[in-house]
Amino acid sequence: MKKTVFLGTLAAAGLTAGMAAATTLEDVVARGELNCGVNTGLVGFAAPDANGNWTGFDVAVCKAVAAAVLGDASKVKYVPTTGQTRFTALASGEIDVLARNTTWTFSRDTDLKLDFVGVNYYDGQGFMVRKDLGVTSAKELDGASVCIQTGTTTELNLADYFKANNMSYQPITVDSNAEGEQQYLAGACDAYTTDASGLAATRAAFADPENHVILPEIISKEPLGPAVRHGDNQWGDIVMWTLNALIAAEEYGVTSANVEELSKGTENPEINRLLGVEGELGAMIGLDKDFGKRAIMASGNYGEIFAATIGESTPIGLARGLNAQWTQGGLLYSPPFR
Amino acid sequence: MATASDAPNQGFRLSQLIYDTRYRSLTIQVVVFILVMGGMAWLIDNTVQNLQQLGKDFNFGFLFNRAGYDIGQQLIPYTNDSTHGRAMLVGLLNTLWVSLLGCVAATVLGIVIGVLRLSNNWLVGRLMTVYVEIFRNIPVLLWILVALAFLTEVTPAPAAYRVNAETGEAQASMLLFDNVAITNRYTAVPAAEFTRGLGAIETPLAPISLNFLALAAVVIASIWFNRRLVANANKVQETTGFRPVTWWKSLLILFGPAIALLVALGFHLVPPELKGFNFTGGVNVSNAFVALWLGLTLYTAAFIAEIVRAGILAISKGQTEAAFALGLRPKRTMNLVILPQALRVIVPPLISQYLNLTKNSSLAIAVGYLDLRGTLGGITLNQTGRELEAILLMMLIYLAISLTISGAMNVYNKSVKLKER
Ligand SMILES: N[C@@H](CCC(=O)N[C@@H](CS)C(=O)NCC(=O)O)C(=O)O
Repeated sequence: MKKTVFLGTLAAAGLTAGMAAATTLEDVVARGELNCGVNTGLVGFAAPDANGNWTGFDVAVCKAVAAAVLGDASKVKYVPTTGQTRFTALASGEIDVLARNTTWTFSRDTDLKLDFVGVNYYDGQGFMVRKDLGVTSAKELDGASVCIQTGTTTELNLADYFKANNMSYQPITVDSNAEGEQQYLAGACDAYTTDASGLAATRAAFADPENHVILPEIISKEPLGPAVRHGDNQWGDIVMWTLNALIAAEEYGVTSANVEELSKGTENPEINRLLGVEGELGAMIGLDKDFGKRAIMASGNYGEIFAATIGESTPIGLARGLNAQWTQGGLLYSPPFR
Repeated sequence: MATASDAPNQGFRLSQLIYDTRYRSLTIQVVVFILVMGGMAWLIDNTVQNLQQLGKDFNFGFLFNRAGYDIGQQLIPYTNDSTHGRAMLVGLLNTLWVSLLGCVAATVLGIVIGVLRLSNNWLVGRLMTVYVEIFRNIPVLLWILVALAFLTEVTPAPAAYRVNAETGEAQASMLLFDNVAITNRYTAVPAAEFTRGLGAIETPLAPISLNFLALAAVVIASIWFNRRLVANANKVQETTGFRPVTWWKSLLILFGPAIALLVALGFHLVPPELKGFNFTGGVNVSNAFVALWLGLTLYTAAFIAEIVRAGILAISKGQTEAAFALGLRPKRTMNLVILPQALRVIVPPLISQYLNLTKNSSLAIAVGYLDLRGTLGGITLNQTGRELEAILLMMLIYLAISLTISGAMNVYNKSVKLKER
């Protein structure tokens, strides 16, 4: 008898476990908070400011999604993840979205069961060295010690690059950007390598940024974008179209300053659909029709976010380059809202 | 025939399972067994379900794929073209290497400190107490980080050894006749080379140096001959009362053949040289390794010291007094009377310290030393996304290492156990 009762309980437990798998959207709404995976601290991309509020380029994606889904950009719990913990955090459901300088690659998209919903920064891997080393090209780094963050694509690119150029190097493995920065500054490595945007952001935080140079070689393609768990397509669509709304808003000249005004109705039907004046786009992804408007109001359109967090007027000083709108010679191109 | 003392036979009642001491222990065992099996079944079921939900399978094929990453410290040949399996092996060897050196150093240091803590010299005794209390009461991770910070901050960069073309001087200079360079990345020491070397046998695991094999054979043979010499001397002493002089013969037997072999093979040391960014030519012992080793050693030595002290104190004072009465000096009393007896108290807890040290070596990731946790449980896990497989495999390997250590130590323990006759 004991056994049957026990088996019954077991079966019941299994059943409830199966039923508990609600959609991510339902989970987030029920929780009233978005769990967003960010990096552990990279000024400009995601880092807590002096008051402990997270700000940055990746943080803006979290805020836009929270605004679109929950109607409040501040309803985000930021979960710092390292290169090593980020995918497990997403797969286990600890976070709903991963917005952490993460490169979209084939195996991550398929084998790791992630879904990348777009690209919010087109990047490539670079090297930073001390100016007084006198090195002007990555090709001169033969025999150097190189600091490299573990669990990243950059770790693999580095190995490929040195092999392809018949050079040797000594890898100094670090676990986070902070540790890499410390090791590099202490002289434990001659060069620090990661995404060029990350290098710029890291250098901007140095006491003496003028004494460090980023070498001209870009050795890889690093399309960085937000990722969600594979399998929940509705949630993937929500994050994808929130990001697209930010990009499209810049293209059509919708800014945080005029969005309120424009949402009263414009001549341009595309803007009207984006802001929910026309059509029922929101309902198609399980949200209301204002989701695009709220996403834009969170921290402005893509261009505004870029300028405020990592643009040329910030200490990080990144140019738009590849990340300009397609109309400006860049790669940003949102599919139509229709 | 009926007996008066027969217990009233009421048949078997269910409550007897709990209240009757004849059945109680059996009941408890059955219940515990069912609970444990149930717990395991639940865990496995849960895992299978979750894997299914994530659309993942369970397979170890990734171990045969190209790893693609480089490893800083390697005891066997490895490149980024090697497989994840080999990367795991490199990590495993790194784990074993630092654990082995850590256990040896911690034992030596621990015994010295433990014995000195009992010293009659007040200052020495107190100093050792301070050592033990400081090191065992601060987490080992902090000691490892402190050791690394110390090594990186107080030592010069390799570039500081470069001779300035104008002044003809370098900021830092090498030690031991230009043979050793201590830098903030590693300590560069000379490499051993043979001009007339015997080469190596290539095995899939690692090339085995014939020079090394030959040297090992010669040393073992020398030791065996020396033992015979000493045994012979003992025999002579027992029969005649006079001990023949053996020390120079011992020296000759122990070192002569080995030195002759080294000379024959053309053994010499190649000092490291600063070329470009780093020292090359010699062997670079990374600071990550030294920091990890130092941290583990200093920390574990504090525990071993306490174990040794307890072991010595466990031997009754009468033993010391008896030894003194026989005219043995304190040092010989310690070596011949106290320590051999103390060993049987010391060895069992010592085993757990060795196990602790080995497991603590997985903190290596904090200083970027790629051990098993860093390769299999770190980069490989992350690059392949095989969390479950990698972690399970890692647990199995650590379990196997631990069981091997305790097995070996138990054999040793048997040999030092008090032999009761
Ligand atoms: N894009 C690469 C590298 C990402 C990465 O780790 N970037 C670093 C520097 S750009 C970072 O975000 N570090 C912050 C942290 O350590 O939390 C990848 O996805 O693997």
